Amino acid sequence: MRGLVAFSVGALFGMGLLISGMTDTTKVQGWLDIFGNWDPTLAFVMGGAILPMALAWRVTNKRRPLLADTFPANPGTQLDKPLVTGSVLFGMGWGLAGLCPGPAIASLGFGGLGGVIFTLSMFGGMILAPALRQRLDQQTASV
Amino acid sequence: MQHDWIMGLLGGGLIGVAGALLLLINGRVMGASGIMGGLVDGSGRHDWAERVLFLVGLILVPGFFAVLLGDSQTHLTSNWLVIVAAGLLVGIGTRLANGCTSGHGVCGISRLSLRGIVATIIYIGAGGLTVIIFKHLLGAI
Repeated sequence: MRGLVAFSVGALFGMGLLISGMTDTTKVQGWLDIFGNWDPTLAFVMGGAILPMALAWRVTNKRRPLLADTFPANPGTQLDKPLVTGSVLFGMGWGLAGLCPGPAIASLGFGGLGGVIFTLSMFGGMILAPALRQRLDQQTASV
Repeated sequence: MQHDWIMGLLGGGLIGVAGALLLLINGRVMGASGIMGGLVDGSGRHDWAERVLFLVGLILVPGFFAVLLGDSQTHLTSNWLVIVAAGLLVGIGTRLANGCTSGHGVCGISRLSLRGIVATIIYIGAGGLTVIIFKHLLGAI
């Protein structure tokens, strides 16, 4: 049952990305390109997505998940080195190609070989990340 | 197109409903990089089947409709060096930061998480700077 939910959520998420145009790299790069032909679509996508999510988070105060024991723990407020470094690196890659992880996967079916290469490179980066995180943590500890 | 913002709002709404369902039913945060990262680096072994099913839905359903409608394109650059570099950066960055546009952006901001808000400001800023440098200064993308 949880698997069926996961599949359906993936499908809905993907349709949302497709309909909103977020699988089109020119729309994403257009949003980031404030000195070019700026495209505000991404702001509407974010706003449209944040509204139902904000309502859902409110429900988590009063109830339990239908098919789980607990809701995800609050991630806290610590702004550490991996968060900052990682977000800088992610933003650079996002700007270069106009793809982030969700749309990269959602467009695999129609994005051609380039999309496959991007996704494989992204998986490569995800394999490298834990070792890098360890080094960042060690640096922080020795400072 | 002049109606892009309506489609954006509509598609965004679907994304938000998807995230809300995963949270309220399965008790999980819908973060794309976290879901696939846990599969790739082995840290999500205990619930691998759910992760795989999420990704299968994410590939098949938009793929089916894109082929059906026939006019969906990613307009991804054809420069393979840029594609590989961007993929590596996105993979490393999202796992270091523990989130991407869906996890930090949609799920984080909507619960007013400080980490999510700060991460989103940083990656949008870094993305904007990257576009300025590589598009307008270097003409490389």
